[in-house]
Amino acid sequence: MSFTSWHEFLYMGGHYPFVWSAYAIGVFGVVVTLLRPLRARRRFFAEQGQRLRRQSSLESDGGAERIDAPRPS
Amino acid sequence: MTAATFARAPSIGRAFTAQVQRDLTIAFRSRSELINPLMFYVMGISMFPLGVGPTAERLAEIAPGVLWVLALLSTLLSLDSLFRRDFDDGTLEQLVLNVDPLFVGVLAKVFAHWLVIGLPLTLLSPLAALMLFLPGAAVPTLVLTLLLGTPILSLLGAVGAALTVGLKRGGLLLTLIILPLYVPVLILGAGAVTAVIDGVDPAAQLAWMAAILALMLTLTPFAAALALRVGLE
Amino acid sequence: MGRLKTLWHRLGSPRWFYEISGPWAAGSLIVGLIGIAVGLVWGLAIAPPDYLQGNSFRIMYLHVPAAILSESCYILMGVAGAVLLIWRMKLADMVVAAAAPIGVVFCIVALLTGAIWGRPTWGTWWVWDARTTSMLVLLFLYFGVMALRQAVPREESAGRAAAILAVVGMVDIPIIKYSVDWWLTLHQTSTFKLTSAPSMPAEMYLPLLVSVLGFYTFFFGVLLFGVGNEVLMRERRTQWVTDLVRSRQS
Repeated sequence: MSFTSWHEFLYMGGHYPFVWSAYAIGVFGVVVTLLRPLRARRRFFAEQGQRLRRQSSLESDGGAERIDAPRPS
Repeated sequence: MTAATFARAPSIGRAFTAQVQRDLTIAFRSRSELINPLMFYVMGISMFPLGVGPTAERLAEIAPGVLWVLALLSTLLSLDSLFRRDFDDGTLEQLVLNVDPLFVGVLAKVFAHWLVIGLPLTLLSPLAALMLFLPGAAVPTLVLTLLLGTPILSLLGAVGAALTVGLKRGGLLLTLIILPLYVPVLILGAGAVTAVIDGVDPAAQLAWMAAILALMLTLTPFAAALALRVGLE
Repeated sequence: MGRLKTLWHRLGSPRWFYEISGPWAAGSLIVGLIGIAVGLVWGLAIAPPDYLQGNSFRIMYLHVPAAILSESCYILMGVAGAVLLIWRMKLADMVVAAAAPIGVVFCIVALLTGAIWGRPTWGTWWVWDARTTSMLVLLFLYFGVMALRQAVPREESAGRAAAILAVVGMVDIPIIKYSVDWWLTLHQTSTFKLTSAPSMPAEMYLPLLVSVLGFYTFFFGVLLFGVGNEVLMRERRTQWVTDLVRSRQS
């Protein structure tokens, strides 16, 4: 351990604004890089699931034109 | 060796010269368009005394960089015309379909473009150097770096122009794509001129520029040809 | 050799890649994140402070991996672009598409952490030294590839155009680095070596190594996952993907 107390650790010998802002940026970068594709995949399955459900519901009523019912967007 | 071999070999050279002649003829038809990049160069250079102040020492200090950056920007602005006119009237498609090694046609177009833009820029540079009080001893080096550098700018620019040829607002995208690639040429060119002012031999920079020119001459026509095919898909 | 050739042929099928890459992506992500966490904590808390720079040198444990990775990522993009152009492997295009946003983030992190590190070390937020300048040019190169990809309307043409630019950029990177390096020795600014690797004691060097390895593994995992996303997106109308979507519902 290079520091003898939590306070000393956070203080970083006076360099605390630099060290902690840099680490905040770095960790933020890692988190963003991680979450983007994860969220994109979740979104993909949600959207495609919706699309398939819409398709099957359109097919299930024999393809009849429903002029009166509101079209799903 | 069959007759076919003999018939093929000279026709590449003939295709090259024919393309160059055609492009030069078209370029000279609109005289005003020829002058525009040169006028931009001179006008852009004049902005610096106006913005920075007319003192000779300050201007002379920034002169190598400014002269080079403006040459770069003038070339960038003129690159759009390299392929766009031919793209608009369908001639580009003809080029891609008919010229057998396409890189020859591309090289011809780039050469014509350089003759009309890069070379005049190089010849105009002593005048621009005068406006910025560049020491006289550095002017020949300036001209030499531009002579080596403007072809590199045209060649690299051709790749960018080919990549953006069909796109709307392709001009701005072109500059975004090409500028990072221009960094070495700028550093070496301006650096050579600065070296002469400092009394240092610019041989290293010039040798490097010549090497880069040789590399670009061999590689960029292929890249540009491929990019044209992709753009016309 | 035969196994390599089989692998190469298998890579021609995006579906095969998707099915194989799942566990590898998950594993790499976990291992990578652990490596990063260990490296950073080690570097933050355990490594001794630097004689000259005090505690601000700890930024190195973030800055160096980010910088190394942003450069490796671009080279990967260039190689993938070349593979796409030469062998027309669809998966290579997906690698370019997935790698670019990751590389940009790391490049920006490297630039920002570099600037923050520079402030207490050299007194200025920005300095035109060889590394920062070539990193800035790298950022421009990334933007060019991404902007070109977005601007071309047809997906296949966009991929090939971006690949050409990535390859040209990759060839240009050594030239850029050399000329920027040279440009600085000319101007004789004092080039502080941010990482004097040979003269770094082991207590400082080891956490850096762990951090770099962790970041590389993490990058590999995120890339595999991102390529998987590209596969799904492009093959969303095929039977196997619709089956997959259906199986995920309820």
